Amino acid sequence: MSVLVNKNTRLLVQGYTGAQGTFHATQSINYGTTVVGGVTPGKGGNTHLDRPVFNTVADCVKETGANASVIFVPPPFAADSIMEAADAGVELIVCITEGIPVRDMIAVKQFLKERNVRLIGPNCPGIITPNECRIGIMPGHIFKPGNIGVVSRSGTLTYEAVGQLSALGIGQSTCIGIGGDPIIGTTHLDAIQLLNADPDTHAIIMVGEIGGNNEEIAAAWIKENVTKPVIGFIAGQTAPEGRRMGHAGAIVAGGSGKAEDKMAAMEAAGITVCASPAEIGQKVKERLGL
Amino acid sequence: MKIHEYQGKAILARYGVPVPKGKVAFTVEEAEAAAKELGGFVVVKAQIHAGGRGKGGGVKVVKTVEDAVTAARNILGMQLVTHQTGPQGQKVGRLLVEEALPIEKELYLGITLDRASGKNVFMASSEGGMEIEEVAHHTPEKILKEVIEPGIGLSGYQARKMAFGIGIPAGSVNAAAKAMMALAKAYDEIDCSLAEINPFILLKDGRVMALDAKINIDDNAMFRHPEFADLRDLAEEDPLEVEASKFSLNYIKLDGNIACMVNGAGLAMATMDIVKYAGGEPANFLDVGGGANEEQIKNAFRILLSDTAVKAVFINIFGGILRCDILATGVVNAARELGISVPIVIRMEGTNVAEGKKILAESGFNFGVADGMMDGAQQVVRAAQ
Repeated sequence: MSVLVNKNTRLLVQGYTGAQGTFHATQSINYGTTVVGGVTPGKGGNTHLDRPVFNTVADCVKETGANASVIFVPPPFAADSIMEAADAGVELIVCITEGIPVRDMIAVKQFLKERNVRLIGPNCPGIITPNECRIGIMPGHIFKPGNIGVVSRSGTLTYEAVGQLSALGIGQSTCIGIGGDPIIGTTHLDAIQLLNADPDTHAIIMVGEIGGNNEEIAAAWIKENVTKPVIGFIAGQTAPEGRRMGHAGAIVAGGSGKAEDKMAAMEAAGITVCASPAEIGQKVKERLGL
Repeated sequence: MKIHEYQGKAILARYGVPVPKGKVAFTVEEAEAAAKELGGFVVVKAQIHAGGRGKGGGVKVVKTVEDAVTAARNILGMQLVTHQTGPQGQKVGRLLVEEALPIEKELYLGITLDRASGKNVFMASSEGGMEIEEVAHHTPEKILKEVIEPGIGLSGYQARKMAFGIGIPAGSVNAAAKAMMALAKAYDEIDCSLAEINPFILLKDGRVMALDAKINIDDNAMFRHPEFADLRDLAEEDPLEVEASKFSLNYIKLDGNIACMVNGAGLAMATMDIVKYAGGEPANFLDVGGGANEEQIKNAFRILLSDTAVKAVFINIFGGILRCDILATGVVNAARELGISVPIVIRMEGTNVAEGKKILAESGFNFGVADGMMDGAQQVVRAAQ
């Protein structure tokens, strides 16, 4: 089992014929994901990667029955792409684009509230259920099917955690990269609620970083509701205040968003907090008694 | 992007936020002319991006043109040290000369993003002129908040509620509310990521004004505002950071001696953390990005090594899109071209890692090759000692 994506997921790609869209659609197809087609306005009617290209998401959904979309569209147009997918009734929208203005995401967030859709990202590596469905830019070969759910704000730090797990022979149910922006569609809390409800997820890895207080919000919920082992790590313990550390959302400002506050909240919730990112896999092993 | 107070005030004034009469001065002569024009009773304010300028001696109230000249001479060119600049301070290259005003009350206005709701929040406080974090910590009830509804903006009733709430007298409430709504409109239209007016002042004659303006603009929205590109002041930024930005490298200089080169922001932060955990001090944050090419790797290397404090380099790459063989080739070529004077420890994992390790082994350089992040961190800390 898994959450959000599996072998029944029918994926469409927005920005399909661009360099990024082409590269990662190919990777997803090779991974075994059901990619049904894509959208590039003005190129409708063509075929790309042996699949149909459409002018609009609505056309693509109507013709292919797509139920998920991945967005590889440049920042000035990405918010529009999210809204187009939502309006076309796509249930799961994964936005990879980094660099969308906050003002655009404020509007998107409002727009999505009135529609029954889930957004992952933006500025995220995507979501993967090993051996079933890869949406986004993750290197598929490092994942291994199993029972650990992973939720993370960072791409390469997700790979680091997964690499450690796979090396120990521990597989993953679903890994969700929720993204490094200040406004994201799916938060730590949302992802953890999904993973907690999945009977085949036996433990959860929660990777956070400085900025905002979404980790604290999730920790409070975990404390009351989660009995599965949760193992956590917070990146940015040594980051200086007031500087944006690569991700638009990774900033300690006005005394809030500090790593130490997040780690304390997580520890108080019974989460095993790793001091070093190198021990995530080992801590999972210990918590599961393997 | 941070901008100067005088730049922020000029923008706010266009939206109808009242600001004092003032002029920017890059020289003592310009400051003298501005002081004359404003009648001699002026405030001479250092323009640097850091806060706490007054306490550091960067703000002087003077009564005559002669005193304004003296103040300008003292402040221009000084290394202004505040709690936000670090001990080395920031060199003052420009001044704002402004009319001095009879202040009745100092207040606070600010706007910031509430990530949880995905909406901006307007904040107002009667405790102006102080660090708002201190107010939030000790007397949170003195900060009034109103959610700015997307598509609607700050409504009149919300602005009036806050204006009355922070003690603005009835006769001045409409002017204050108008200024608040103008600030909210500016925040939205120019894609701010932070706006603070501290203090927002009530004058003896009942007028209200923005006496300071701290405006940050969302870097991701700069494509919508080409006119703001000129507001960037490179003198306020670290030269190595400016250099890195030319190659789309995300570099932030820190105080340690172990340089770090990593792909991905999260892993780059985690690498700094593990260096510290292993007993070392990171010299920088550097994210070369998910799809770095050889040229970027080379430039990244050059920038890292031009920091004279650096005693060793830690390269930590989890190859996803960025293949380990590409990284290894880039590092070897950079080492050949630039010459290398400090130990380098490389930890690679992921796509094409075997090919990458082979390239390093056959390069003729004595790279430390680490087995895992912790081993890499320990090796580089030893190497730096």
